[in-house]
Parts: sequence; C-alpha cells; structure tokens
Amino acid sequence: MISRRLSLLAPLFVAILMAGPGQALERGIVVASTTSTQDSGLFDHLLPIFTARTGIEVRVVARGTGQAIKLAQNGDADVLFVHDTASEEKFVAEGYGVRRFPVMYNDFIIVGPKADPAQIAGLKDSVAALQSIAAAKAPFASRGDDSGTHKAEQRLWNAAGIDAKAASGTWYRETGSGMGQTLNLAVGMGAYALSDRATWLAFKNKGDFAILAEGDRRLFNQYGVILVNPERFAHVKAADGQAFVDWLISPEGQRAIDDFNVEGQQVFFGNYKSDPS
Amino acid sequence: MHDIAAAFATSFGLILTLDQGLVEIVLRSLQVSLLAVGAAAIVGLPLGAAVALLRFPGRRAVAILLSSLMGLPPVVVGLIVYLLLSRAGPLGVLGLLFTPSAMVAAQFVLVTPIVAALARQVVEDLWAEYEEQLRSLGAGPRRAIATLLWDGRFSLMTALLAGFGRASAEVGAVMIVGGNIDHVTRVMTTAIALETSKGDLALALGLGLILIALSLLVNGAAFVVRDLARSGA
Repeated sequence: MISRRLSLLAPLFVAILMAGPGQALERGIVVASTTSTQDSGLFDHLLPIFTARTGIEVRVVARGTGQAIKLAQNGDADVLFVHDTASEEKFVAEGYGVRRFPVMYNDFIIVGPKADPAQIAGLKDSVAALQSIAAAKAPFASRGDDSGTHKAEQRLWNAAGIDAKAASGTWYRETGSGMGQTLNLAVGMGAYALSDRATWLAFKNKGDFAILAEGDRRLFNQYGVILVNPERFAHVKAADGQAFVDWLISPEGQRAIDDFNVEGQQVFFGNYKSDPS
Repeated sequence: MHDIAAAFATSFGLILTLDQGLVEIVLRSLQVSLLAVGAAAIVGLPLGAAVALLRFPGRRAVAILLSSLMGLPPVVVGLIVYLLLSRAGPLGVLGLLFTPSAMVAAQFVLVTPIVAALARQVVEDLWAEYEEQLRSLGAGPRRAIATLLWDGRFSLMTALLAGFGRASAEVGAVMIVGGNIDHVTRVMTTAIALETSKGDLALALGLGLILIALSLLVNGAAFVVRDLARSGA
C-alpha cells in the first residue's frame, strides 16, 4: 500500500538523477574569461554562432582577469580570454600560453552619481578626474580584485600620483568583487567607479548614476585571447581551443563581435589585424 | 518596493510560462543537491549513529568536531575541493572540475557533518531509551545501529532536510568548483548571483522566490511521505 504510493514518486527521482551530472565533455572547451564579457552578454551572443558553425561547445568560467589567469596557469582552462595586455604577455612568456592574439577593444568610463560631488562631469582627462575625486575625498568603489579593470584603475591612480590604497576603508573602497557587483555597491553608496562601457550599458541597476568622464586615450581597453599551452598541459583541447581562437579573429568572428550591441549601441570593436606589425 | 513587486511578477511569469532556462536550472539544482544529500545520508547516518553508540577514546572530541563542522564555510569548502580537483591538484587527472560532479562533491562535504551530527543526537536519545532492551536481546553494535536508525527514521528525515536546505541554498562552494557555466553547472543560487551582478535585481529576487518555493515543495513532500508511511505503519 505505502510502497505503491511511494513508488509513484520513484520515477520522479530517477528522472532527476538520470539527467546525469558530470558526463564527460565530448566536444567542449573551457574558456577562462572575465566578468565584463559575461555580465555584458557578449558570450550569449557569440557562442551560439560559434557552436552552430563548429559543433564545439564553449564553457565559460567568468572571473576577474587575475583569477582567470590563475585558473589557466593551473591548467583548468583551454583558452584564456581576458583584458590586461601586460599579464597576458607574461602568461605567454612564461610558457603557459601558446600565443596571444589581440581580439577586440572597448573602453573604460568613470561613472558616478549625477550630483557629482567631485565635479568631474564632462572631463576628458581621466587622471584629472581621479585627482578631483581624491581631493574631494568623494567615495570611490574599486574592484580590488586584481582584475583587468582593477589594474587599469591602478595605472590611472599611479599616473595621478595618488596612493589611493592608503585611503582604503575611508573614501577609497575596495569591493573585492566583479564589475557588476562593484557597480551595485557604487550605486548603493553613491561612489564613483571605473567600469568598462559594455558592463555599464548592460547594467540594469543604474539608479541615478551616469557616465561622467570618458573619451581619454588612457581608458582604452584591449582584450586578448590565448590558447593554453598543450605542451605544458597534455589535457588541453588544443585543436578545438585553437578553432575558437581562430574563429574569434576571423572576419566572421570579428563581425560577430561588432554586431553585438547593448541598447542599440556597439560596445566591443573587433581589432585583430591579420598582419600585426 | 518597485523591485519587490517586479520580482513577484517576474517569478510568476517564469513559472507560468515554464521558462526553458528556468526548468533546466531548477532540475540541476535539485539533482546536485539531492545527490549530495543522498551520499551524505549513506555516510553521515551510520557515522552519527556509530559515534552515539560505540565507546572509543576521543568519542566526545569526535562528537564536538562533527557539531562544529556543521558550520563549515561554503567558500572554504569550495576552495579546498577546487584545489583537490584542479588539474594542478592531486585529483586533477579525473577532470571533474567545473562539472556537476564537482558540485556534488563540495555539497557532500558541507552536508555530511550536518547529517552526522544530527543523527548522532537522535540515535543517542533513542539509545538511552532502548539500551537495556537491545542489550537483553543480545544485539551487537552493528545490529543496534541499524535498529536505531530505522526506529528514528522520521526524526532523521529532519536531519536530511536540514542538509538539503544547506546544500540547495549555498552559493560559495558551487560557484568556485562549478564555475556557473551556462547549461552545465548553473544552478539556482549561482544564477541569482549572476543576475545580481548584472544589476537585474528583480530577476534575481524572482529566482530567489522560486528557490524558496522549491524548498517548501521538497519539505512538504517529505512530510507527506512521512505521514503516508506512518499511517501505513
């Protein structure tokens, strides 16, 4: 009696369990990438096109650039797709990666509350903007997570001659989290923040925030893609990984990147040149 | 306020339309957490009962250890399991990182102490009650453990539900070892974290409401099963 009633539930459980966790990857690669490419929705746009063309499934693990590089150095990814040229070159030079291909760029912007206590609205000079923020001791939310955006921000503080880290915990606040999370925090506490444009445009919790400073050449943000070195890690899916890299830098891949837009605005610009000189 | 209203609307919309992505994520959440709890039951229940019944040196210390491990921080467990399963780690050759199996393993580590510690308490109380009877029947420890686990099965269900609650609600461990990969390792909690970081708070909260509803369903189902079993017993 009971067992009959219970047995009605059994197929349900079997169905749930049969879905089969951990089935081995057949044709799939793991790409270690950044929160900006995930949070902006770029991969949701690119990957279906690539998979339809090649049959290769792409599994994206989104972390800050620093963490993504660590993952790849441990051999836990087949392809690295990040945005910090200096660390990418180091990654290749140390033998973890085969070769770096510049793929696309976008730019950073400084966002902040419309009230703009540090009076930076309309500034083109990003360094001057940071100097005003520091002088006003206006709150600034930093990624603080060793990501590409965080490193770009540190370069700007250096150029501004300000030791922002020394003010950590006062007006300078290190969130230690991804771009979207940092924007949530910034909006919540009325703090300025450096963001990539794509994540900002796709971000849905803008509150009364706006782009205040943009257009500085120092805010240029280059992305690169690298196949993890199969000589170092025998399990790396070199052929399929390279196929992904090759597709990204092919005319079709570059066009797919250009076609991606957020709210009608193009946010990533393919800039691979077949003959880099 | 507006976000909260929007969250309810979003979650009902997702449920009513049986959103394909949502169904997939819900099933994966259930699958991962139920497997973890199932494995934790197989290990944790006998372990808890053994600690309750057997007399061995350091038994109290083990009991205290089990209880404190109930509060294991998920991120730390995630990190440890990551280091074990990473290609650079001792179990790297298995290639389990960023698969649902890795998530099951991490949740198993989180849940087993909860199941074991609560089982120890239940069995210890039963033992106090039935010790003489079992001894007079000449039951050995193995027999006694089996008898008491069976006798306490309804109370022990609470231990398993507590474990399931912990497993299905945590995000720290599955984020690290699963990687929140779309269609592969994305579960309810990591999807909520992702939508939060996209600033889509209404959708994030909507998913949260569904997760809570799911937990209600599982607990409700467990109570129904218990009542059916009792009325039949």
